[in-house]
Amino acid sequence: MPALELKDVAKTFTMHLQGGLKLSVLRDVTFAAEPGQCVVLTGPSGAGKSSILKLIYGNYRCDEGAILVRDGDTTVDLAVAAPRRILAVRRRALGYVTQFLRAVPRVSALDIVAEPLIAEGAAADEAKGRAAAMLKRFNVPERLWSLPPATFSGGEQQRINLARGLLPEHPILLLDEPTASLDARNRAVVVDIVRERKARGAAIVAIVHDEQVRDDIADVAVDVTRFATAA
Amino acid sequence: MMSDENDRPLLVAEGLTKYYGRQLGCRDASFELYEGEVMAVVGESGSGKSTLLQLLSTQIEPSEGRVLYRMRDGAVKSLWDMTEPERRFLLRTDWGYVHQDPQHGLRMGVSAGGNVGERLMAVGQRNYGNIRAVAADWLGRVEIPQDRIDDTPRTYSGGMRQRLQIARNLVTAPRLIFMDEPTGGLDVSVQARLLDLLRRIVSEMRIAAIVVTHDLAVARLLSNRIMVMKGGEVIEAGLTDQVLDDPHQPYTQLLVSSILPV
Repeated sequence: MPALELKDVAKTFTMHLQGGLKLSVLRDVTFAAEPGQCVVLTGPSGAGKSSILKLIYGNYRCDEGAILVRDGDTTVDLAVAAPRRILAVRRRALGYVTQFLRAVPRVSALDIVAEPLIAEGAAADEAKGRAAAMLKRFNVPERLWSLPPATFSGGEQQRINLARGLLPEHPILLLDEPTASLDARNRAVVVDIVRERKARGAAIVAIVHDEQVRDDIADVAVDVTRFATAA
Repeated sequence: MMSDENDRPLLVAEGLTKYYGRQLGCRDASFELYEGEVMAVVGESGSGKSTLLQLLSTQIEPSEGRVLYRMRDGAVKSLWDMTEPERRFLLRTDWGYVHQDPQHGLRMGVSAGGNVGERLMAVGQRNYGNIRAVAADWLGRVEIPQDRIDDTPRTYSGGMRQRLQIARNLVTAPRLIFMDEPTGGLDVSVQARLLDLLRRIVSEMRIAAIVVTHDLAVARLLSNRIMVMKGGEVIEAGLTDQVLDDPHQPYTQLLVSSILPV
């Protein structure tokens, strides 16, 4: 039984500020990810790879089709689930990591990384301990941990975001260009973590441009161009 | 992990409608709010968002519709079927209300400690030493220096007044807090500090909150869910990131596209 399955998903944007222009971006999106499997979405820029991840996470509303996510013993169709249900599924079952950190003013790097664990119910001390270990793993210098990352370099912010997104052990993990602009050492950290998660049964859907990283983590490649609508 | 209790909504609004004479304030607003959820209500002035907040917090009586609230003992009551003393007790204990202008939510001539302690006395606490200790603890939690406990809010800056108002509201461990433009009228740097504080406290205490704001960045930072209002009606609602990343209504698209990038 797949951990995640998309069936005939379609997405159209209606741009009311452009005279109601309808922009059909995806149709018939159908694929599945089994536990322990990494599905890599391929296709040129603009083919809709990131849109698929946003549909799964629920940032984009799904117009048609089903997005079935296993949450414990039940399967939830996120395309029609109530907001409260989606939030619960995100908390327990679904991780989503992009390359961009949405910096929260005044919150330290360590607290930003620990926050998702605390939201899941972990004790603050334990969460901070695990956050510190993850920051260390991503080679973020310890002197930065207590500072808010708004002023950090792009690469440092990205590593803090990765530490935050990869820390909770969600059974499904969505990765949008996790290694873009990382150096070789930190790319290897991402690859190691993805492999560890796969070994522990996580289902992963990833967008990765770096061919080496793709070869290192991918089990299945899904070409997104076949879901693109004829423009 | 979740108890049955948490699977029942804390507050249910059903068809809330308010006419001021023939003028529409708010029409047919319906939603459910659960413990620990933060809902933002956004829209321009005159959209009905403040009317909705006043209806929910029993400051004005609806023309139609009702609000159901689950009390601490589990009983679900319709707010306007309660007696006036019952409603006032709710406001003093189980609810908080953070006004945009702290002067409306504070007693300006009473010391900061007194402002916080007053809410405790309203729920029956009488031991002066305890009340002062709890007040001091709360001042610390909202980052007000201990040595300012005996000063009145008149001597405080705008940001400090707003933080004091929050401490006054939260000291009774309410389950629901209403906030009307909580960061309005503050400098940007002061806003950030307040937002961080609100976010942390609301999530630590698992309080449900309804936050009226015209600032979409505030909504994104604080809320899980959002309702967009225009002309007295809720025109779009859903998860906050969903509505802001994939707005469907023309007005919501206009709002989202009108934010200046920094």
